[in-house]
Amino acid sequence: MIRLLAGAAVLVMLLRPEWMEPLLAPLTRNGAPAIYTQSSLLGLTLLHLALVAAATLASALVAVALAVLVTRRAGAEFRPLARTITQVGQTLPPVAVLALAVPMLGFGTWPTLLALFLYGMLPIFENALTALSGLPPPVAEAARAMGYTPRQRLLKIELPLALPVILAGVRLSAVIALSTAAIGSTVAARTLGEVIIAGLVTNNPAFVVQGGLLVGLIAILLSDALTVLERRVSPYGSSGTRA
Amino acid sequence: MIEIRNLSRRFGPVTAVDDVSLTIAKGEMVALVGTSGSGKTTLLRMINRLVEPTSGAVLLNGQDTAGLPAHLLRRRIGYAIQGHGLFPHYSVARNIAAVPELLGWPAAQIRERVDELLTLFGMPPADFRDRRPAALSGGQQQRVGVARALAARPEVLLMDEPFGALDPVTRAQAQADLRRIQRQLGTTTILVTHDMEEALALGDRIAVMDRGRLVQCADPATILTRPATDFVARLTGRSDRPFRLLGLLPVADLVEPGEAEGAPVDPELSAREALAECLWSGRSALPLAGGGRVTLDRLTERARGAE
Repeated sequence: MIRLLAGAAVLVMLLRPEWMEPLLAPLTRNGAPAIYTQSSLLGLTLLHLALVAAATLASALVAVALAVLVTRRAGAEFRPLARTITQVGQTLPPVAVLALAVPMLGFGTWPTLLALFLYGMLPIFENALTALSGLPPPVAEAARAMGYTPRQRLLKIELPLALPVILAGVRLSAVIALSTAAIGSTVAARTLGEVIIAGLVTNNPAFVVQGGLLVGLIAILLSDALTVLERRVSPYGSSGTRA
Repeated sequence: MIEIRNLSRRFGPVTAVDDVSLTIAKGEMVALVGTSGSGKTTLLRMINRLVEPTSGAVLLNGQDTAGLPAHLLRRRIGYAIQGHGLFPHYSVARNIAAVPELLGWPAAQIRERVDELLTLFGMPPADFRDRRPAALSGGQQQRVGVARALAARPEVLLMDEPFGALDPVTRAQAQADLRRIQRQLGTTTILVTHDMEEALALGDRIAVMDRGRLVQCADPATILTRPATDFVARLTGRSDRPFRLLGLLPVADLVEPGEAEGAPVDPELSAREALAECLWSGRSALPLAGGGRVTLDRLTERARGAE
Protein backbone atom coordinates (compact mmCIF):
# COMPACT_ATOMS: atom_id res chain seq x y z
CA MET A 1 0.00 0.00 0.00
CA ILE A 2 2.75 2.43 1.04
CA ARG A 3 4.69 1.19 -1.96
CA LEU A 4 1.78 2.03 -4.27
CA LEU A 5 1.40 5.50 -2.79
CA ALA A 6 5.12 6.17 -3.05
CA GLY A 7 5.11 4.96 -6.65
CA ALA A 8 2.14 7.16 -7.54
CA ALA A 9 3.69 10.19 -5.86
CA VAL A 10 6.96 9.73 -7.75
CA LEU A 11 5.12 9.37 -11.07
CA VAL A 12 3.12 12.54 -10.47
CA MET A 13 6.19 14.53 -9.47
CA LEU A 14 8.09 13.38 -12.54
CA LEU A 15 5.41 13.45 -15.22
CA ARG A 16 2.94 16.07 -14.02
CA PRO A 17 4.99 18.31 -11.68
CA GLU A 18 2.44 21.12 -12.05
CA TRP A 19 -0.10 19.02 -10.08
CA MET A 20 2.10 19.53 -7.02
CA GLU A 21 1.86 23.31 -7.24
CA PRO A 22 -1.05 23.76 -4.77
CA LEU A 23 0.82 21.69 -2.19
CA LEU A 24 4.16 23.40 -2.59
CA ALA A 25 3.02 26.98 -3.19
CA PRO A 26 2.55 27.75 0.57
CA LEU A 27 6.26 27.07 1.05
CA THR A 28 7.37 29.80 -1.31
CA ARG A 29 7.68 33.50 -0.54
CA ASN A 30 7.44 36.64 -2.60
CA GLY A 31 5.81 34.84 -5.53
CA ALA A 32 8.81 32.61 -6.24
CA PRO A 33 8.03 29.60 -8.46
CA ALA A 34 6.90 26.47 -6.53
CA ILE A 35 7.95 23.99 -9.21
CA TYR A 36 11.51 23.53 -10.42
CA THR A 37 11.51 24.01 -14.17
CA GLN A 38 15.11 24.83 -15.06
CA SER A 39 15.53 21.28 -16.26
CA SER A 40 13.23 18.31 -16.51
CA LEU A 41 12.81 16.44 -13.22
CA LEU A 42 12.45 13.20 -15.15
CA GLY A 43 15.77 13.76 -16.91
CA LEU A 44 17.51 14.61 -13.64
CA THR A 45 16.04 11.51 -11.99
CA LEU A 46 17.31 9.28 -14.78
CA LEU A 47 20.79 10.82 -14.58
CA HIS A 48 20.70 10.43 -10.80
CA LEU A 49 19.72 6.76 -11.09
CA ALA A 50 22.36 6.08 -13.74
CA LEU A 51 25.03 7.57 -11.48
CA VAL A 52 23.87 5.44 -8.54
CA ALA A 53 23.72 2.32 -10.69
CA ALA A 54 27.22 2.84 -12.06
CA ALA A 55 28.71 3.57 -8.63
CA THR A 56 26.95 0.63 -6.94
CA LEU A 57 27.91 -1.75 -9.72
CA ALA A 58 31.55 -0.70 -9.41
CA SER A 59 31.41 -1.03 -5.60
CA ALA A 60 29.83 -4.46 -5.91
CA LEU A 61 32.40 -5.74 -8.41
CA VAL A 62 35.37 -4.55 -6.38
CA ALA A 63 33.92 -5.51 -2.98
CA VAL A 64 32.88 -9.02 -4.05
CA ALA A 65 36.21 -9.58 -5.79
CA LEU A 66 38.01 -8.50 -2.60
CA ALA A 67 35.81 -10.76 -0.45
CA VAL A 68 36.45 -13.72 -2.76
CA LEU A 69 40.17 -13.04 -2.70
CA VAL A 70 40.49 -12.87 1.08
CA THR A 71 38.37 -15.99 1.62
CA ARG A 72 40.75 -18.07 -0.54
CA ARG A 73 43.61 -19.69 1.27
CA ALA A 74 46.17 -17.70 -0.73
CA GLY A 75 44.52 -14.37 0.05
CA ALA A 76 43.68 -14.93 3.71
CA GLU A 77 46.50 -12.70 4.90
CA PHE A 78 45.04 -9.72 3.02
CA ARG A 79 41.82 -9.90 5.00
CA PRO A 80 42.73 -7.18 7.55
CA LEU A 81 44.04 -4.97 4.75
CA ALA A 82 40.86 -5.35 2.69
CA ARG A 83 38.78 -4.56 5.77
CA THR A 84 40.81 -1.42 6.40
CA ILE A 85 40.47 -0.24 2.82
CA THR A 86 36.70 -0.62 2.75
CA GLN A 87 36.33 0.89 6.21
CA VAL A 88 38.37 3.93 5.28
CA GLY A 89 36.21 4.22 2.16
CA GLN A 90 33.17 4.41 4.39
CA THR A 91 34.72 6.69 7.00
CA LEU A 92 35.82 9.39 4.56
CA PRO A 93 32.88 11.75 4.22
CA PRO A 94 31.77 11.86 0.57
CA VAL A 95 31.95 15.65 0.73
CA ALA A 96 35.63 15.41 1.59
CA VAL A 97 36.20 12.95 -1.25
CA LEU A 98 34.51 15.40 -3.62
CA ALA A 99 36.70 18.25 -2.41
CA LEU A 100 39.84 16.17 -2.83
CA ALA A 101 38.83 14.65 -6.15
CA VAL A 102 37.76 17.77 -8.03
CA PRO A 103 41.32 19.07 -8.55
CA MET A 104 42.24 15.72 -10.09
CA LEU A 105 39.09 14.70 -11.91
CA GLY A 106 37.48 18.05 -12.59
CA PHE A 107 33.90 19.06 -11.88
CA GLY A 108 30.87 16.90 -12.69
CA THR A 109 30.14 13.22 -12.73
CA TRP A 110 33.55 11.66 -12.12
CA PRO A 111 34.35 12.93 -8.62
CA THR A 112 30.79 12.03 -7.55
CA LEU A 113 31.15 8.56 -8.97
CA LEU A 114 34.41 8.11 -7.04
CA ALA A 115 32.87 9.32 -3.77
CA LEU A 116 29.86 7.01 -4.12
CA PHE A 117 32.03 4.08 -5.15
CA LEU A 118 34.24 4.41 -2.05
CA TYR A 119 31.30 5.03 0.23
CA GLY A 120 29.36 2.02 -1.01
CA MET A 121 31.99 -0.69 -0.80
CA LEU A 122 31.82 -1.47 2.92
CA PRO A 123 28.30 -2.94 3.23
CA ILE A 124 28.81 -5.15 0.18
CA PHE A 125 32.26 -6.29 1.26
CA GLU A 126 31.20 -7.11 4.81
CA ASN A 127 28.13 -9.04 3.65
CA ALA A 128 30.06 -10.94 1.00
CA LEU A 129 32.75 -11.77 3.54
CA THR A 130 30.22 -13.05 6.06
CA ALA A 131 28.36 -15.09 3.45
CA LEU A 132 31.46 -16.61 1.86
CA SER A 133 33.02 -17.57 5.20
CA GLY A 134 29.72 -18.87 6.55
CA LEU A 135 29.32 -21.77 4.14
CA PRO A 136 28.09 -24.80 6.17
CA PRO A 137 31.17 -27.02 6.73
CA PRO A 138 29.50 -30.26 5.48
CA VAL A 139 28.57 -28.49 2.23
CA ALA A 140 32.12 -27.18 1.76
CA GLU A 141 33.54 -30.60 2.55
CA ALA A 142 31.10 -32.42 0.25
CA ALA A 143 31.99 -30.14 -2.67
CA ARG A 144 35.69 -30.75 -2.13
CA ALA A 145 35.27 -34.50 -1.69
CA MET A 146 33.16 -34.83 -4.83
CA GLY A 147 35.92 -33.49 -7.01
CA TYR A 148 34.92 -29.89 -7.63
CA THR A 149 37.95 -27.78 -8.52
CA PRO A 150 38.43 -24.64 -6.40
CA ARG A 151 37.03 -22.56 -9.27
CA GLN A 152 33.96 -24.80 -9.65
CA ARG A 153 33.38 -24.66 -5.90
CA LEU A 154 33.41 -20.87 -6.01
CA LEU A 155 31.16 -20.49 -9.05
CA LYS A 156 28.70 -23.34 -8.54
CA ILE A 157 28.46 -23.62 -4.77
CA GLU A 158 29.89 -20.71 -2.80
CA LEU A 159 28.73 -17.70 -4.82
CA PRO A 160 25.18 -18.97 -5.50
CA LEU A 161 24.74 -19.72 -1.79
CA ALA A 162 26.19 -16.34 -0.79
CA LEU A 163 24.18 -14.40 -3.36
CA PRO A 164 21.17 -13.40 -1.21
CA VAL A 165 23.42 -11.98 1.52
CA ILE A 166 25.61 -10.22 -1.04
CA LEU A 167 22.50 -8.72 -2.61
CA ALA A 168 21.37 -7.46 0.80
CA GLY A 169 24.68 -5.58 0.94
CA VAL A 170 24.14 -4.24 -2.58
CA ARG A 171 20.67 -3.03 -1.59
CA LEU A 172 22.03 -1.20 1.45
CA SER A 173 24.80 0.31 -0.61
CA ALA A 174 22.44 1.37 -3.43
CA VAL A 175 20.06 3.10 -1.04
CA ILE A 176 22.90 4.96 0.66
CA ALA A 177 24.31 5.95 -2.74
CA LEU A 178 20.90 7.15 -3.89
CA SER A 179 20.59 9.63 -1.04
CA THR A 180 24.27 10.57 -1.03
CA ALA A 181 24.40 11.20 -4.78
CA ALA A 182 22.50 14.47 -4.27
CA ILE A 183 25.63 16.13 -2.89
CA GLY A 184 27.28 15.49 -6.24
CA SER A 185 25.46 18.53 -7.49
CA THR A 186 27.72 20.70 -5.32
CA VAL A 187 30.41 19.88 -7.86
CA ALA A 188 28.05 20.18 -10.81
CA ALA A 189 27.10 16.54 -11.30
CA ARG A 190 23.63 16.28 -12.80
CA THR A 191 21.51 14.76 -10.02
CA LEU A 192 18.33 15.57 -8.14
CA GLY A 193 20.61 17.43 -5.72
CA GLU A 194 20.47 20.25 -8.28
CA VAL A 195 16.86 20.93 -7.25
CA ILE A 196 17.73 20.96 -3.56
CA ILE A 197 20.73 23.23 -4.09
CA ALA A 198 18.67 25.56 -6.24
CA GLY A 199 16.21 25.75 -3.33
CA LEU A 200 18.94 26.48 -0.82
CA VAL A 201 20.60 29.11 -2.99
CA THR A 202 17.38 30.96 -3.80
CA ASN A 203 15.97 30.46 -0.31
CA ASN A 204 13.01 28.53 -1.73
CA PRO A 205 11.91 25.63 0.55
CA ALA A 206 9.52 24.35 -2.15
CA PHE A 207 12.47 23.22 -4.30
CA VAL A 208 14.21 21.63 -1.33
CA VAL A 209 11.09 19.66 -0.44
CA GLN A 210 10.57 18.62 -4.04
CA GLY A 211 14.10 17.29 -4.48
CA GLY A 212 14.27 15.71 -1.04
CA LEU A 213 10.91 14.01 -1.36
CA LEU A 214 11.77 12.55 -4.76
CA VAL A 215 15.08 11.14 -3.54
CA GLY A 216 13.47 9.68 -0.42
CA LEU A 217 10.57 8.05 -2.25
CA ILE A 218 12.77 6.58 -4.94
CA ALA A 219 15.04 5.16 -2.21
CA ILE A 220 12.07 3.34 -0.66
CA LEU A 221 11.00 1.91 -4.02
CA LEU A 222 14.54 0.84 -4.90
CA SER A 223 14.98 -0.90 -1.58
CA ASP A 224 11.69 -2.75 -2.06
CA ALA A 225 12.55 -3.86 -5.58
CA LEU A 226 15.93 -5.20 -4.46
CA THR A 227 14.34 -7.02 -1.52
CA VAL A 228 12.08 -8.86 -3.94
CA LEU A 229 15.13 -9.81 -6.01
CA GLU A 230 16.90 -11.10 -2.90
CA ARG A 231 14.02 -13.41 -2.05
CA ARG A 232 13.94 -14.77 -5.56
CA VAL A 233 17.55 -15.87 -5.50
CA SER A 234 17.37 -17.39 -2.01
CA PRO A 235 18.76 -20.95 -2.22
CA TYR A 236 16.05 -22.18 0.09
CA GLY A 237 13.34 -20.88 -2.26
CA SER A 238 10.37 -18.84 -1.07
CA SER A 239 8.27 -21.99 -0.60
CA GLY A 240 11.08 -24.39 0.23
CA THR A 241 10.11 -26.83 -2.50
CA ARG A 242 10.73 -24.89 -5.68
CA ALA A 243 13.42 -26.25 -7.91
CA MET B 1 40.51 -52.92 -4.87
CA ILE B 2 42.24 -50.65 -2.41
CA GLU B 3 45.63 -51.24 -0.99
CA ILE B 4 46.75 -49.08 1.92
CA ARG B 5 50.50 -49.37 2.43
CA ASN B 6 52.26 -48.18 5.61
CA LEU B 7 50.14 -45.06 5.70
CA SER B 8 50.93 -42.45 8.36
CA ARG B 9 49.79 -38.93 9.07
CA ARG B 10 51.23 -36.59 11.65
CA PHE B 11 49.68 -33.29 12.72
CA GLY B 12 52.57 -31.48 14.40
CA PRO B 13 53.68 -33.66 17.31
CA VAL B 14 50.54 -35.84 17.13
CA THR B 15 50.54 -39.01 15.05
CA ALA B 16 46.91 -39.40 13.97
CA VAL B 17 47.50 -42.47 11.81
CA ASP B 18 50.53 -44.63 12.47
CA ASP B 19 51.83 -47.04 9.84
CA VAL B 20 48.53 -48.60 8.77
CA SER B 21 48.43 -51.28 6.07
CA LEU B 22 45.18 -52.77 4.87
CA THR B 23 43.96 -54.37 1.66
CA ILE B 24 40.30 -54.27 0.75
CA ALA B 25 39.00 -56.58 -1.93
CA LYS B 26 36.66 -55.51 -4.71
CA GLY B 27 33.04 -55.53 -3.55
CA GLU B 28 33.98 -55.84 0.10
CA MET B 29 32.52 -53.68 2.86
CA VAL B 30 34.94 -52.84 5.64
CA ALA B 31 33.80 -51.10 8.81
CA LEU B 32 36.44 -48.91 10.42
CA VAL B 33 35.75 -48.61 14.15
CA GLY B 34 37.46 -46.97 17.07
CA THR B 35 36.96 -44.35 19.74
CA SER B 36 37.01 -40.62 18.99
CA GLY B 37 40.53 -39.58 18.06
CA SER B 38 41.59 -43.08 17.07
CA GLY B 39 42.49 -41.87 13.57
CA LYS B 40 39.72 -43.66 11.69
CA THR B 41 38.37 -40.53 9.99
CA THR B 42 41.87 -39.33 9.11
CA LEU B 43 42.60 -42.73 7.55
CA LEU B 44 39.40 -42.52 5.52
CA ARG B 45 40.15 -38.97 4.37
CA MET B 46 43.60 -39.96 3.17
CA ILE B 47 42.00 -42.37 0.70
CA ASN B 48 40.42 -39.51 -1.29
CA ARG B 49 43.21 -37.14 -0.25
CA LEU B 50 41.10 -34.70 1.73
CA VAL B 51 44.09 -35.24 4.02
CA GLU B 52 47.48 -35.82 2.41
CA PRO B 53 49.49 -38.67 3.98
CA THR B 54 52.78 -37.86 5.69
CA SER B 55 54.18 -41.17 4.44
CA GLY B 56 52.96 -44.37 2.85
CA ALA B 57 50.75 -44.91 -0.18
CA VAL B 58 47.18 -45.68 -1.22
CA LEU B 59 46.73 -47.81 -4.34
CA LEU B 60 43.41 -47.81 -6.14
CA ASN B 61 43.21 -50.83 -8.48
CA GLY B 62 46.97 -50.97 -8.44
CA GLN B 63 47.46 -47.27 -9.27
CA ASP B 64 49.20 -45.00 -6.77
CA THR B 65 46.68 -42.24 -5.96
CA ALA B 66 49.40 -39.74 -5.05
CA GLY B 67 50.20 -39.34 -8.76
CA LEU B 68 46.69 -38.22 -9.75
CA PRO B 69 45.26 -34.69 -9.55
CA ALA B 70 43.18 -34.73 -6.35
CA HIS B 71 39.94 -33.53 -7.96
CA LEU B 72 40.09 -36.22 -10.65
CA LEU B 73 40.79 -38.91 -8.05
CA ARG B 74 37.83 -37.74 -5.95
CA ARG B 75 35.41 -38.03 -8.87
CA ARG B 76 36.18 -41.77 -8.89
CA ILE B 77 35.48 -42.15 -5.16
CA GLY B 78 32.04 -41.74 -3.62
CA TYR B 79 31.89 -39.89 -0.31
CA ALA B 80 28.98 -39.74 2.11
CA ILE B 81 29.17 -37.98 5.46
CA GLN B 82 27.13 -37.36 8.57
CA GLY B 83 24.89 -34.37 7.97
CA HIS B 84 24.93 -35.39 4.27
CA GLY B 85 26.28 -32.02 2.98
CA LEU B 86 23.63 -31.72 0.28
CA PHE B 87 23.79 -28.49 -1.73
CA PRO B 88 20.80 -26.49 -0.47
CA HIS B 89 20.41 -24.49 -3.70
CA TYR B 90 20.14 -27.58 -5.92
CA SER B 91 17.14 -29.87 -6.34
CA VAL B 92 17.45 -33.51 -5.31
CA ALA B 93 18.07 -34.44 -8.96
CA ARG B 94 20.87 -31.87 -9.41
CA ASN B 95 22.48 -32.95 -6.16
CA ILE B 96 22.61 -36.55 -7.33
CA ALA B 97 23.76 -35.43 -10.76
CA ALA B 98 26.70 -33.43 -9.38
CA VAL B 99 29.58 -35.82 -10.09
CA PRO B 100 28.20 -37.15 -13.40
CA GLU B 101 27.95 -33.48 -14.46
CA LEU B 102 31.55 -32.86 -13.46
CA LEU B 103 32.50 -35.91 -15.52
CA GLY B 104 30.57 -34.55 -18.50
CA TRP B 105 27.99 -37.30 -18.91
CA PRO B 106 25.32 -36.60 -21.54
CA ALA B 107 22.15 -35.06 -20.03
CA ALA B 108 19.89 -37.98 -20.97
CA GLN B 109 22.20 -40.48 -19.31
CA ILE B 110 22.36 -38.33 -16.15
CA ARG B 111 18.58 -38.10 -15.97
CA GLU B 112 18.27 -41.86 -16.35
CA ARG B 113 20.88 -42.48 -13.65
CA VAL B 114 19.17 -40.06 -11.21
CA ASP B 115 15.83 -41.82 -11.64
CA GLU B 116 17.45 -45.20 -11.31
CA LEU B 117 19.09 -44.24 -8.00
CA LEU B 118 15.98 -42.58 -6.58
CA THR B 119 14.05 -45.75 -7.36
CA LEU B 120 16.78 -47.89 -5.81
CA PHE B 121 16.49 -45.87 -2.60
CA GLY B 122 12.72 -46.14 -2.54
CA MET B 123 12.03 -42.51 -3.44
CA PRO B 124 9.66 -42.24 -6.43
CA PRO B 125 11.50 -39.95 -8.91
CA ALA B 126 8.35 -38.07 -9.89
CA ASP B 127 7.80 -37.03 -6.27
CA PHE B 128 11.37 -36.33 -5.26
CA ARG B 129 13.35 -35.22 -8.32
CA ASP B 130 12.48 -31.53 -8.09
CA ARG B 131 12.39 -31.07 -4.33
CA ARG B 132 14.94 -29.03 -2.44
CA PRO B 133 16.91 -30.79 0.33
CA ALA B 134 15.16 -28.56 2.89
CA ALA B 135 11.86 -30.19 1.93
CA LEU B 136 13.06 -33.70 2.83
CA SER B 137 13.09 -35.57 6.15
CA GLY B 138 16.43 -36.43 7.78
CA GLY B 139 16.24 -40.02 6.55
CA GLN B 140 15.45 -38.89 3.00
CA GLN B 141 18.32 -36.38 3.02
CA GLN B 142 20.67 -39.12 4.14
CA ARG B 143 19.48 -41.40 1.32
CA VAL B 144 19.96 -38.66 -1.24
CA GLY B 145 23.46 -38.12 0.21
CA VAL B 146 24.33 -41.78 -0.39
CA ALA B 147 22.64 -41.79 -3.82
CA ARG B 148 24.77 -38.75 -4.76
CA ALA B 149 27.90 -40.54 -3.61
CA LEU B 150 27.02 -43.54 -5.81
CA ALA B 151 25.86 -41.55 -8.84
CA ALA B 152 28.93 -41.83 -11.04
CA ARG B 153 29.42 -45.55 -10.27
CA PRO B 154 32.50 -44.91 -8.15
CA GLU B 155 35.15 -47.59 -7.76
CA VAL B 156 35.04 -47.04 -4.00
CA LEU B 157 32.48 -45.62 -1.60
CA LEU B 158 33.73 -43.90 1.56
CA MET B 159 31.28 -43.23 4.36
CA ASP B 160 31.97 -41.28 7.53
CA GLU B 161 29.33 -41.87 10.20
CA PRO B 162 26.66 -41.61 7.51
CA PHE B 163 23.84 -42.59 9.85
CA GLY B 164 25.03 -40.63 12.89
CA ALA B 165 22.29 -38.03 12.71
CA LEU B 166 19.37 -40.45 12.34
CA ASP B 167 16.99 -41.75 14.98
CA PRO B 168 17.34 -45.48 15.84
CA VAL B 169 14.38 -46.68 13.75
CA THR B 170 15.38 -44.69 10.66
CA ARG B 171 19.00 -45.73 11.18
CA ALA B 172 18.18 -49.46 11.24
CA GLN B 173 16.25 -49.04 7.98
CA ALA B 174 19.07 -47.02 6.40
CA GLN B 175 21.60 -49.69 7.39
CA ALA B 176 19.47 -52.46 5.90
CA ASP B 177 19.05 -50.42 2.69
CA LEU B 178 22.77 -49.75 2.46
CA ARG B 179 23.59 -53.44 2.89
CA ARG B 180 21.10 -54.43 0.19
CA ILE B 181 22.24 -51.74 -2.25
CA GLN B 182 25.92 -52.34 -1.62
CA ARG B 183 25.47 -56.07 -2.29
CA GLN B 184 23.45 -55.32 -5.40
CA LEU B 185 25.95 -52.85 -6.87
CA GLY B 186 29.07 -54.59 -5.57
CA THR B 187 30.69 -51.27 -4.66
CA THR B 188 33.80 -51.57 -2.50
CA THR B 189 32.88 -49.67 0.65
CA ILE B 190 34.72 -48.33 3.67
CA LEU B 191 32.50 -47.16 6.48
CA VAL B 192 33.75 -45.23 9.51
CA THR B 193 31.65 -45.64 12.63
CA HIS B 194 32.05 -45.53 16.39
CA ASP B 195 29.05 -47.82 16.79
CA MET B 196 30.14 -51.45 17.10
CA GLU B 197 26.58 -52.63 16.51
CA GLU B 198 26.57 -50.83 13.15
CA ALA B 199 30.00 -52.24 12.26
CA LEU B 200 28.82 -55.78 13.05
CA ALA B 201 25.63 -55.35 11.06
CA LEU B 202 27.34 -53.95 7.96
CA GLY B 203 30.96 -55.02 7.76
CA ASP B 204 32.24 -58.05 5.89
CA ARG B 205 35.32 -57.27 7.92
CA ILE B 206 35.85 -54.94 10.83
CA ALA B 207 39.04 -52.91 11.18
CA VAL B 208 39.61 -51.68 14.72
CA MET B 209 41.78 -48.61 15.26
CA ASP B 210 43.30 -47.53 18.55
CA ARG B 211 45.47 -44.42 18.94
CA GLY B 212 46.35 -44.30 15.27
CA ARG B 213 47.21 -47.95 14.87
CA LEU B 214 45.22 -50.71 13.22
CA VAL B 215 44.98 -53.29 16.00
CA GLN B 216 42.81 -55.92 14.33
CA CYS B 217 41.09 -56.49 11.03
CA ALA B 218 38.93 -59.58 10.84
CA ASP B 219 35.42 -60.85 10.15
CA PRO B 220 32.79 -59.95 12.79
CA ALA B 221 32.70 -63.38 14.45
CA THR B 222 36.48 -63.40 14.93
CA ILE B 223 36.42 -59.86 16.36
CA LEU B 224 33.85 -61.03 18.90
CA THR B 225 35.31 -64.42 19.79
CA ARG B 226 39.03 -63.74 19.46
CA PRO B 227 39.69 -60.04 20.10
CA ALA B 228 43.36 -59.29 19.45
CA THR B 229 43.77 -56.83 22.31
CA ASP B 230 42.00 -55.82 25.46
CA PHE B 231 40.92 -52.65 23.69
CA VAL B 232 39.07 -54.63 21.01
CA ALA B 233 37.40 -56.73 23.70
CA ARG B 234 36.24 -53.58 25.49
CA LEU B 235 34.99 -52.08 22.25
CA THR B 236 32.88 -55.13 21.46
CA GLY B 237 31.32 -54.86 24.90
CA ARG B 238 31.82 -57.84 27.22
CA SER B 239 28.21 -57.90 28.38
CA ASP B 240 26.81 -57.68 24.84
CA ARG B 241 29.20 -60.13 23.26
CA PRO B 242 27.03 -63.31 23.28
CA PHE B 243 24.07 -61.43 21.87
CA ARG B 244 26.10 -59.71 19.19
CA LEU B 245 27.57 -63.04 18.19
CA LEU B 246 24.11 -64.53 17.80
CA GLY B 247 23.07 -61.42 15.92
CA LEU B 248 25.49 -62.37 13.11
CA LEU B 249 23.79 -65.72 12.52
CA PRO B 250 20.52 -66.45 10.71
CA VAL B 251 18.41 -68.77 12.83
CA ALA B 252 18.01 -71.05 9.79
CA ASP B 253 21.67 -72.11 10.30
CA LEU B 254 20.78 -73.67 13.66
CA VAL B 255 17.76 -75.61 12.53
CA GLU B 256 17.41 -79.24 13.54
CA PRO B 257 14.64 -81.74 12.78
CA GLY B 258 11.83 -81.96 15.29
CA GLU B 259 8.70 -80.30 16.62
CA ALA B 260 8.15 -77.44 19.05
CA GLU B 261 5.27 -75.68 20.72
CA GLY B 262 3.80 -72.31 19.84
CA ALA B 263 3.83 -69.93 16.88
CA PRO B 264 6.55 -70.62 14.26
CA VAL B 265 9.24 -67.97 13.68
CA ASP B 266 10.62 -66.65 10.40
CA PRO B 267 13.88 -68.46 9.44
CA GLU B 268 15.22 -65.07 8.15
CA LEU B 269 15.44 -63.81 11.74
CA SER B 270 18.82 -63.72 13.46
CA ALA B 271 19.63 -66.23 16.19
CA ARG B 272 19.65 -63.24 18.57
CA GLU B 273 16.01 -62.52 17.80
CA ALA B 274 15.20 -66.23 18.22
CA LEU B 275 16.87 -66.23 21.64
CA ALA B 276 14.88 -63.17 22.63
CA GLU B 277 11.71 -64.93 21.51
CA CYS B 278 12.60 -68.05 23.58
CA LEU B 279 13.20 -65.93 26.69
CA TRP B 280 10.17 -63.75 26.19
CA SER B 281 7.72 -66.59 25.58
CA GLY B 282 9.37 -68.96 28.08
CA ARG B 283 9.83 -71.73 25.48
CA SER B 284 12.86 -74.04 25.29
CA ALA B 285 12.44 -74.58 21.54
CA LEU B 286 10.86 -72.67 18.65
CA PRO B 287 9.34 -74.14 15.48
CA LEU B 288 10.59 -72.52 12.27
CA ALA B 289 8.24 -71.56 9.49
CA GLY B 290 8.98 -74.05 6.72
CA GLY B 291 9.84 -76.92 9.07
CA GLY B 292 12.29 -77.92 11.81
CA ARG B 293 13.01 -76.26 15.12
CA VAL B 294 15.69 -74.41 17.02
CA THR B 295 16.36 -75.15 20.69
CA LEU B 296 17.38 -72.81 23.48
CA ASP B 297 20.29 -75.15 24.28
CA ARG B 298 21.62 -74.84 20.75
CA LEU B 299 21.28 -71.05 20.92
CA THR B 300 23.13 -70.73 24.23
CA GLU B 301 25.82 -73.06 22.98
CA ARG B 302 26.42 -70.80 19.99
CA ALA B 303 26.33 -67.73 22.18
CA ARG B 304 29.46 -69.03 23.94
CA GLY B 305 31.25 -68.91 20.60
CA ALA B 306 31.18 -72.69 20.00
CA GLU B 307 31.02 -73.76 16.37
